[in-house]
Amino acid sequence: MRSTANAFLEGLWHFDVKRNGHHPGWLKGLRRSAFQWVGEHGFPTAKDDAWKYTRVAPILAVPFEPAELAMSRRLSTGAIEKLAGDLGGARLVVVNGYFAPELSSLKRLPAGVKVMSLATALALAEDEELFAPFLARPFREQPHAFTALSAALAEDGALVRIPADTTIEEPIHVVFVSDTGASPLVSHPRSLVLAGPGSRATIVESYVGIQGDVYLTNAVTNIVLDEGAVVEHYKLQNETETAFHISLLDVRQGRGSRFSSHSLALGASAARHEVRVKLEAEGAEVILNGLYMPKNEQHLDNPTTIEHAAPHCTSRELYKGIVDGHGRGSFDGRVIVRPGAFKTDASQINKNLLLSESAQIDTRPRLEIFADDVKCTHGAAVGQLDEDAVFYLRSRGVPHGAARDLLTYAFASEMLGLLGVEALRSRVERIVAGRLGGAEVAA
Amino acid sequence: MDTMLDIKDLHAKVEGREILRGISLQVNAGEVHAIMGPNGSGKSTLAQVLAGRDGYDVTGEVLYEGNNLLAMSPEDRAVAGVFLAFQYPIEIPGVGNLYFLRTALNAVRKQRGLEDLDAMDFLALAKERMKLVEMDPSFMTRSVNEGFSGGEKKRNEIFQMAILEPKLAILDETDSGLDIDALRVVAAGVNALRSKDRAMLVITHYQRLLDYIVPDHVHVIASGRIVKSGTKDLALELEKHGYTELEQQLPARPSPALGGAL
Repeated sequence: MRSTANAFLEGLWHFDVKRNGHHPGWLKGLRRSAFQWVGEHGFPTAKDDAWKYTRVAPILAVPFEPAELAMSRRLSTGAIEKLAGDLGGARLVVVNGYFAPELSSLKRLPAGVKVMSLATALALAEDEELFAPFLARPFREQPHAFTALSAALAEDGALVRIPADTTIEEPIHVVFVSDTGASPLVSHPRSLVLAGPGSRATIVESYVGIQGDVYLTNAVTNIVLDEGAVVEHYKLQNETETAFHISLLDVRQGRGSRFSSHSLALGASAARHEVRVKLEAEGAEVILNGLYMPKNEQHLDNPTTIEHAAPHCTSRELYKGIVDGHGRGSFDGRVIVRPGAFKTDASQINKNLLLSESAQIDTRPRLEIFADDVKCTHGAAVGQLDEDAVFYLRSRGVPHGAARDLLTYAFASEMLGLLGVEALRSRVERIVAGRLGGAEVAA
Repeated sequence: MDTMLDIKDLHAKVEGREILRGISLQVNAGEVHAIMGPNGSGKSTLAQVLAGRDGYDVTGEVLYEGNNLLAMSPEDRAVAGVFLAFQYPIEIPGVGNLYFLRTALNAVRKQRGLEDLDAMDFLALAKERMKLVEMDPSFMTRSVNEGFSGGEKKRNEIFQMAILEPKLAILDETDSGLDIDALRVVAAGVNALRSKDRAMLVITHYQRLLDYIVPDHVHVIASGRIVKSGTKDLALELEKHGYTELEQQLPARPSPALGGAL
């Protein structure tokens, strides 16, 4: 493992050297120390509790090369829309970790709203104090090899900055495309969303790739909600089944802010989508929803951490898994209630449907409560299709396979119904229906 | 008259326990047969076995329109015209009632060589047939049976039957859990579907239902056998004397041959 890791890092080292000169001085230190950190600590293994369910070895076995600008040549706006849909609002496209202005459409944004390339924003450098802490945080606070690699090697991604009391009606769609061709590439898209006091926005992140390409997406997104901000976040992970996907969504919430996240994990050979939310001030509310559907040999992990660090905060978490074939899924849900976070109201539910004998699920609720006068509930369930319901449908003439698909879709539909962006919902409904034997199951 | 259903010495075991112990019964097109019996007599098992529920170890023979019914999958039975109105209809959250029923109807239509009904035509048909059981149209947009009261679920079963137009309808305790008004409505729906081409097996514990759905034949089942067959008057007799007497006679009358009273 160690030597594989070294070989893996060696492939990335020359890139670090080559690119580092392009970054602002204050960032160079972070990049260098993060890269050194990986060299010293290596990659997580199954012995690391937080990585118990994620297998890193298959990633390290691939000789990934760093993606460079202009390695992609194939994409048109039409191709992007085919891969990720058109949600109607502003669209920022990132190809292999680099902003692609010619594919982006940053229109109809209210005055003062910034939706732009993060690298461009950093180059302007005027806001070092603003960006520096956020860019360092995921690595500094809970370092592991992938946040470290992101800190060391990220080139670009999206910056969304919404001024106080500004509402953006249409969803902002950030599309991360991998277009790698013959050689396996790794990219580290890095995004930052700063929602000012009283602002409202909807952010959609789509991760897609070209059929047959082998690549690793190592994405980190920070979202910061100031007092009273309301942000809806959607993440559609629909990478190709030959790809790997590791990501972290790090969210900080101010007083009375409301955040909701919908994670849809459908693609990739192996993917881990971690969500960390810190409720930093009174009255913040968070909703984390997730749907993961590993099939064939897919392995989809969903670690989440909600940290109640202030009183009177509310968290609601609902993750559903549908596992078929030799697929493997996991939900590892940590809820931490810090001392003094009284009147915390937290609930967590994880439900899983196993569709085959060889499907596998790990579910682990972890409640760590250090405060009194709190309400925390959790529940986890793993089951199979209800045979009475299957028979009921068959007794009405619905063929066995279609009956199973229909019931599986029904299990997923609770999550699909929660998707507030209509264009995204109908897109995901089609994808989910298509995965269920292509049956026309959506009502 | 054509024999639609011919049950010959049907046995069914579940987990080694014999529930049906030699049922023989012939049902012709156009006839309504009532199957009565005390709890645990095997009435519902008969319904489930005829609809194709697995989990039973079944022996004997059942011919439906001359074909071996027991060899057919539940869905093949359904598209061939067998319908079971469930005693306990299943709630299926997330599957729309309307969508479910259209899928079912189109499966049946395919078998009959008809084209799929599109959503608009289906809606028109559904609205018309709902009136038969005085169902509120709002039920169409809800998930299958989800949150329906007992009576609403039973109406939904008969409504489904009205849409699917089966040849052989098996009503399993359709009266259970219904108050008298709902019973009247559901029975009227069933009666409207009586026809010379359609046979019905009406399974019930109580004579009450048969005041509304008047059967051509009544069979009493006890301990997995038909112990007595007769006309609708048999039901009235049972109402007076209860099942106890029949059950007491049972050891002396093991023969399933009473089905021959038809």
